[in-house]
Amino acid sequence: MSLILLIEQVLNGLQFGVMLFLMAAGLTLIFGVMGLINLAHGSFYMIGAFAAAATAAATGSFLLALVASLVAAAAAGAIVEMTVIRRLYTRDHLDQVLATFALILIFSEGTRWMFGSFPLFLEIPEYLSGPIRLPFGIEYPQYRLAIIAVGLIVAGGLFALIAKTRIGIQIRAGESDREMIAALGVDISKLYTFVFALGAALAGIAGALIGAIQSVQVGMGEPVLILAFVVIVIGGIGSIKGALLGALLVGLTDTLAGFLLPKAFGLIMDAAAATSVGSSLASMSIYILMAGVLLFKPTGLFGST
Amino acid sequence: MRKETVLNAFVLFVLLAVPLWALQADEPFIITLATKAVIFAIAGVGLNFALGLGGLVSLGHAAFFGIGGYTMGILASHAQSYSAVIEWPIVIEGTSSMPIIWLTAVLFSGVFALIIGALSLRTSGVYFIMITLAFGQMLFFFMISWPTYGGEDGLVIYVRNGFPGLNTLDPIQFFGICFALLCLVLLVVSRIAKSSFGLALGGARQNEERMQAIGMVPYRLYLIAFTISGAITGLAGALFADLNRFVSPTMFSWQTSGEIMVFIILGGMGRLFGPVVGAALFILLEHLLGGLSEFWHIYLGAILLGVVLFARGGLIQLIVGREISHD
Repeated sequence: MSLILLIEQVLNGLQFGVMLFLMAAGLTLIFGVMGLINLAHGSFYMIGAFAAAATAAATGSFLLALVASLVAAAAAGAIVEMTVIRRLYTRDHLDQVLATFALILIFSEGTRWMFGSFPLFLEIPEYLSGPIRLPFGIEYPQYRLAIIAVGLIVAGGLFALIAKTRIGIQIRAGESDREMIAALGVDISKLYTFVFALGAALAGIAGALIGAIQSVQVGMGEPVLILAFVVIVIGGIGSIKGALLGALLVGLTDTLAGFLLPKAFGLIMDAAAATSVGSSLASMSIYILMAGVLLFKPTGLFGST
Repeated sequence: MRKETVLNAFVLFVLLAVPLWALQADEPFIITLATKAVIFAIAGVGLNFALGLGGLVSLGHAAFFGIGGYTMGILASHAQSYSAVIEWPIVIEGTSSMPIIWLTAVLFSGVFALIIGALSLRTSGVYFIMITLAFGQMLFFFMISWPTYGGEDGLVIYVRNGFPGLNTLDPIQFFGICFALLCLVLLVVSRIAKSSFGLALGGARQNEERMQAIGMVPYRLYLIAFTISGAITGLAGALFADLNRFVSPTMFSWQTSGEIMVFIILGGMGRLFGPVVGAALFILLEHLLGGLSEFWHIYLGAILLGVVLFARGGLIQLIVGREISHD
């Protein structure tokens, strides 16, 4: 096993983790501020990817496609918040789960109705295709490196928004005491719509960025949504710092377990058995990680009790 | 007699009358639909035990449904190929006998529910929802990547398993078996709900602190409820596998968990017959709307959204009014 291959896998894990963070950040913000569990978050990921694929097909510009994914997901988020989600804040978690499950059905079938069942493809732009040469003779796809960079920039921007700006202060205040900031004259319903649309936009751009690596199809959002749930359970629900750490942990664990476990079992058994045992265990690795974290900290790494 | 009791009797009557009518009219497809509704109802009754009585919002019951299904699949596939399931330390042969398969399915799904519950119940609220969902996904991905029993393709069982004295391949006889099991499960669940355990569990749902104050341990109550709930759903999984003579990892998918929950909500949460009414309604909608448009999930989503937002309590509450509650 060469070191170069390992470093490439670590980079892949990092790229996966950064994408998971974009999903998990929205989920954890929405839960932290509004106390809402949103199963339909994966739909915004899908909407972002479809908007990007349609725009890229029409205009040929990848940058415009990214902008379209942000706008479409944010708009969908704002509309859904104002029509449905708003009625759910005072309801219990069961109602929230069911109503957002209903939204998934509507969004998924609606998208299938508009775009058909066949997957769409989003091309990686010319200037980002092909490998890039890194130090120590590592060759790595430019596009994946760009995803890591974009993800980290967005993460930095999100932290700055929450720590430094006026709206960030309102969001943090909303997390600790909803009634109080309403009493202080902040229009709480506008703030909620903003936070929801922001979370949706983050999911949308994640969908568009990943859409260029994988195919864009109905149902692409739900597997990512469930991984994002694992991320925020590990990190602690409501904590953005926890979401970042959890996302990187999950991304790296998933990628490295898939790479290392079959090799590790190869040392003690024959190759075919090692591959099957290793890959079955690897597919469960992040859930084992989650169970492990919960055994020691039931509220996650950064969760408040 | 209470209005709800009359309704319940009526529901059982309809559920029995429709396939008998279909038998007269020579419509075996409708018998199969009714059988599916009955099996889904059993799965729903299982989840409703944890959700309605114990207030445990589990989004991972597909795990137990799938374990039940694969118990049937594994035992029957070994019986089909005349090979042993395990050879060490003791030889266990496959079987195609329904009662043995049911018992094994109930046992295995119960044990898994005990393990998953013991871990998940350390948390509560929204964490619990996400963790049960994650455990369900874990088994889903395990089944996909485990090649021994078909992996992603699943397992086909060519002959339906047998029940002593009955021809299970005859749709109406298989329906009869499922219907009898549903009645048995409903009877057991209603007895448990009225027992001191059921009352303590309901108490824990309504006010954990008070139950603790009178010496109950909510964690233990929840864990027992979760285990029973998983075992019942596992039985439904084994029957569902026998209905299709096919098992695949789809049984473990999180949409299955969502659908089982939808049965409960359509019918009415916490009511004994809620999942029965809901499952029948779901199959009816699937059949009617599915005939109208291939995108029938949009309508299902809209109906579900409407029920959650405006008609909490589901169809039963619309018909008989609010439950006389002691909350």
